Amino acid sequence: MNERAETQLTQEQARQQAAQRGQWRRLPLVENPRLRWGLLIGAVVYLVLALASVEVNWARVAEGAGRAVNFLGAFMQPDFVSRYDDIVAGLLESLTMTLTSTVVGVLLAIPVGLGAARNISPLPIYFICRAIIAVSRTFQEIIIAILFVVMFGFGPLAGMITLAFATIGFMAKLLAEDIEDLDWRQVEAVRATGASWWQTMNHAVQPQVMPRLIGLSVYRLDINFRESAVIGIVGAGGIGATLNTSLSRYEYDTSAAILLVIIAIVLLCEYSSSHVRRWTQ
Amino acid sequence: MPVSTNTQGLPVWRRRTTRAQWLQYLAWLAGVSLFLLCWKVISDNTMWVFVEDAGRQGADLISRMTPPEWGYANVLWKPMWDTINIATLGTAIGIMMAFPVAFLAARNTTPHPLVRSAALVVIVSSRSINSLIWAMLLVTILGPGVLAGIIAIALRSIGFVGKLLYEAIEEIHPTPVEAISATGASRLQVMNYGVLPQVMPAFAGISVYRWDINIRESTVLGLVGAGGIGLQLNASINSLAWDQVSVIFIMIFATVLVSEWVSARVRHAII
Repeated sequence: MNERAETQLTQEQARQQAAQRGQWRRLPLVENPRLRWGLLIGAVVYLVLALASVEVNWARVAEGAGRAVNFLGAFMQPDFVSRYDDIVAGLLESLTMTLTSTVVGVLLAIPVGLGAARNISPLPIYFICRAIIAVSRTFQEIIIAILFVVMFGFGPLAGMITLAFATIGFMAKLLAEDIEDLDWRQVEAVRATGASWWQTMNHAVQPQVMPRLIGLSVYRLDINFRESAVIGIVGAGGIGATLNTSLSRYEYDTSAAILLVIIAIVLLCEYSSSHVRRWTQ
Repeated sequence: MPVSTNTQGLPVWRRRTTRAQWLQYLAWLAGVSLFLLCWKVISDNTMWVFVEDAGRQGADLISRMTPPEWGYANVLWKPMWDTINIATLGTAIGIMMAFPVAFLAARNTTPHPLVRSAALVVIVSSRSINSLIWAMLLVTILGPGVLAGIIAIALRSIGFVGKLLYEAIEEIHPTPVEAISATGASRLQVMNYGVLPQVMPAFAGISVYRWDINIRESTVLGLVGAGGIGLQLNASINSLAWDQVSVIFIMIFATVLVSEWVSARVRHAII
């Protein structure tokens, strides 16, 4: 340790002397030179190995260039009209899935979040709730959707359950973190009045986490809409199914229209969610 | 707090005025009705016969998934390597493209407000389209394979990295920038010596964080044909080989846990 400090000091002096001679170099991002070069060489070796293992069929790429041009052209003139009914139906399904799954997911996430907060829950319950959170967060929505489609059949119900499940992991984790660093004095004050567990939760914990909970729910609503546009690919309903169909029919103008609608709705959601979050804080 | 008097002339304290109380009831009523309406739409589009069967199907699924066919794991090393490459190379390309975009989008470094709004449009459209949709588009353009996956991940990362980075750039300390411009440095030199050192730690942190998310996302890109372990997953699901599917799930779970741990360690070391 002492030796390292000394070398650092000499390095610093060398830098100073060089600077006085008019040669100044900025400090490196990684301080330890061995680690710095090791990281660099490792990165280069990995890059070579990785690029060598990527197989690209250039003939196919060249063939696709024409399609890329078609696609960009389609974005210039999206076609909302010819598949209007399909787009509206898909969008309606997506929006309903988004709303119901967020409501159900948040309601279910509250008990899980309470259980996953180390400062208010006993150890066994803590482990169970953390396990639920880990499983729900690790797997992509679309993998969960595959399983639920097998169980519940094609359609928006499978999508709704998928999104609700994913919402539980997301909300419960953030809620638990929020509860873990709340102001403990308020809880003590309420407990000192002889309040029951329910009363403590209701009057000491809930008021402290509520603003963030609302903000996060709105944010999750936003995420759920984006995800609802995807899980249709595996048959869980929503606009994703419409998009997938239009792409496989090579109707790029319809796909462009759907993508533009998705972007517009996401923008709208993001804009309103930032407003709601500002209002709650 | 509003106060009213009751018939005995005693004051009654209440939390809200009558009007506010009624408005709140109405808001709840509207919310619950909206929820029920949405639920009705979903329930109309659902085949309830299948749902009644769900418990049996679930039990059946679990019985088919256990025990996992461990031998299948040997086939999975190459797809797993591909998956990691998709995530890593995609992140690398993504951050390379996001870097200039973020500087153009930050209020204090953009050359012109019009350029700023163009950069913001790039960021928003990249963010609002999921990497799977990007992959779907790119598979039809570039053909199935790892390349489509890499570019899909890169395009999705631009928005994420760009947004967080431009917010970091907007929050920098103005004093070093002023000091360097006072020496007569050019615009580029101000960026290089005044802005860059201040955002570098945030940039490294954001990149590693995005890499962690990209590992997760690249595991499923194969479902639409964009390479990686998702291709194997799709094949196993289509052939109803659920014991292979469970091996794939376990591998994905392990990879994601490791990548999360690595990312947490690196971010901890940086910050």
